[in-house]
Amino acid sequence: MAGRVASAPMVRFLARRLVGYGLVGVVATLAGYVLASLTLDPAARYAGRTPPVPPDVITARLAAMGVDPQVPLVVRTWRWFVGLLAHGSFGLSTRGDPVTGEIAARAGTSLRLLLLGTVLGVLLGMAIGVWGATHRHRWPDRVSTATSLVLLAVPAFVLAVAAMAGATALNNAVGRTVLPFTGEYTPGLEGGAWVQLADRAAHLVLPTLCVALAGAAVLSLYQRAAMLDVLSADYLRTARATGLPWRAAVLRHGVRVTLAPMSTFVAYSFGLVLTGASITELAFSWHGMGEYLVLGVADRDVNAAAGTVAFTAVLVLGAGLLADVLHAALDPRART
Amino acid sequence: MSAPTALAATAGDLDRPGLMRRTFASPRAWVGAGALLAVVAWGLLGSLLLPADATAPDPSAFARPPSAEHWFGTTDIGQDLFALTTLGLRTSLAVALVAAPLATALAALVGSVAGYVGGRVGRLLVWLIDLALVLPSFYLLVLVSPLLGGASWLGAALAIAAFGWMVMARVVRGQARSLRERDFVRAAVYLGASTSQVLRRHVLPHLASLLVVDLTVGVGAAVLTEATLGWVGLGVTAPAVSLGTLLAAGSPAALTRPWLFWFPALVLVWAVLATSVLGDAVRDALDPAGDGRG
Repeated sequence: MAGRVASAPMVRFLARRLVGYGLVGVVATLAGYVLASLTLDPAARYAGRTPPVPPDVITARLAAMGVDPQVPLVVRTWRWFVGLLAHGSFGLSTRGDPVTGEIAARAGTSLRLLLLGTVLGVLLGMAIGVWGATHRHRWPDRVSTATSLVLLAVPAFVLAVAAMAGATALNNAVGRTVLPFTGEYTPGLEGGAWVQLADRAAHLVLPTLCVALAGAAVLSLYQRAAMLDVLSADYLRTARATGLPWRAAVLRHGVRVTLAPMSTFVAYSFGLVLTGASITELAFSWHGMGEYLVLGVADRDVNAAAGTVAFTAVLVLGAGLLADVLHAALDPRART
Repeated sequence: MSAPTALAATAGDLDRPGLMRRTFASPRAWVGAGALLAVVAWGLLGSLLLPADATAPDPSAFARPPSAEHWFGTTDIGQDLFALTTLGLRTSLAVALVAAPLATALAALVGSVAGYVGGRVGRLLVWLIDLALVLPSFYLLVLVSPLLGGASWLGAALAIAAFGWMVMARVVRGQARSLRERDFVRAAVYLGASTSQVLRRHVLPHLASLLVVDLTVGVGAAVLTEATLGWVGLGVTAPAVSLGTLLAAGSPAALTRPWLFWFPALVLVWAVLATSVLGDAVRDALDPAGDGRG
């Protein structure tokens, strides 16, 4: 199987996709920088201060960040891009720190939530979708479809607040903090590595649940629709006719067939999950990439905003590439 | 990432007649349409019925829970939350009712040109759509929010439309591409119809029901986007009132004065849910397989 999957046409197919995504990623990153330069006015930060900041100081500060408006935008974009390629540097933030370092520090926070939430959401969504489709028009189907529709109508921050309200009720009922929900860890917590790890894990529970539930709501509806198509297919009836039990037939010939379109759909809805995760981070006061973007825009920080955009583009394209690999591995027709 | 979305998968049967009749044969369509009508009437007419001083602070009631006098309770400075929610709903609906048709129109225009004209123009348009899809539209909205000018709801509406049409444009493109091969389109071309005539008279009318679904669901999506943007502190901002600004103000108080958060939140969920139930009913009516495919 492994030998067949990694066949020459597939490698060529993936290489072509990789080049295409790389190109789109570069253009998206540059577009992000240009957009940030056009919408954010870095000099506005220094306006209206008492005592007023001397114009020379402002110019020097802006020049250090590479956002001096007297330099043409094309030149600024080119310099920023060269710096990114040559040193992997997104430039300096308005606070004077390198943006790359700040992103590296925040990326872990965001990725932890995003990966756990997405994986859990995908598994949950698929399970619920299959369960609903195989119990069509009975209560599991009705309840899960209705729940998904309601969850889709609930913004991420409302879900987060609901989770916090639930956790508060739970904590009050138990009499101690079982489920903490502010920040990524308890500041000043005494104890060894295990205590710290357990504390971080406890802080992860609610945000992960929020991201996973929102993702599962979208995916379960899609999985259900895909499953319903497959369940009435001839090959499934044939599989049953060969004496395969219903459950085995559904899993081996039903669910497997839906995996390929599902992987594409997951990549497609990844932007939505990403947005939801950013909002969830903000709601739980996590210092992740979502907060960095909002703070960057509030600070009129071109480099921070452009850096966040580049980071996001890499994530989205990475998800797309992963979906292509899965799709090609699952469906031979896609390997051309 | 050219995903067949659930919408595209069900859009094969657009030209069957009697969409309205089939849609409203299902009770869900009535529930959705009724709920939507009620919330739109509340937002658009309710604000006209409010007395002029409806949001004036009541000095005898700071941060009070719901009562007979103040149905949704009062804010920390004694403003009536029911009046605020009514006004906020009006702003949010105004944003959504401008943003959703604009986004659908953009999707129809770009998608049908990309699909029907095809060739180099089509490829370029698809490439541009895919490029715009690389960045989540919410991130782009945050990025352009300094240009929106805060208190004006129109800026938020235009921005939400500008970044909310891409997915639908891809779906429309796929449909328009398959329409290109259909006999009636070919016949029109052979009879000498120009490209814009074919698009206007034959391609777009064929996609009308698909676009109706997108419009319906788009209203809910725009309400959601506005609220999320407002919760972050962007888009429509104070002194203007929208569901987003109310939720932004209410969410720090959600655990201590829950009415400040939950009343606007429930109104928001109601509005969005109404559009998705109605959209779902229309989609089911379009579905050749018939009943209930999510």
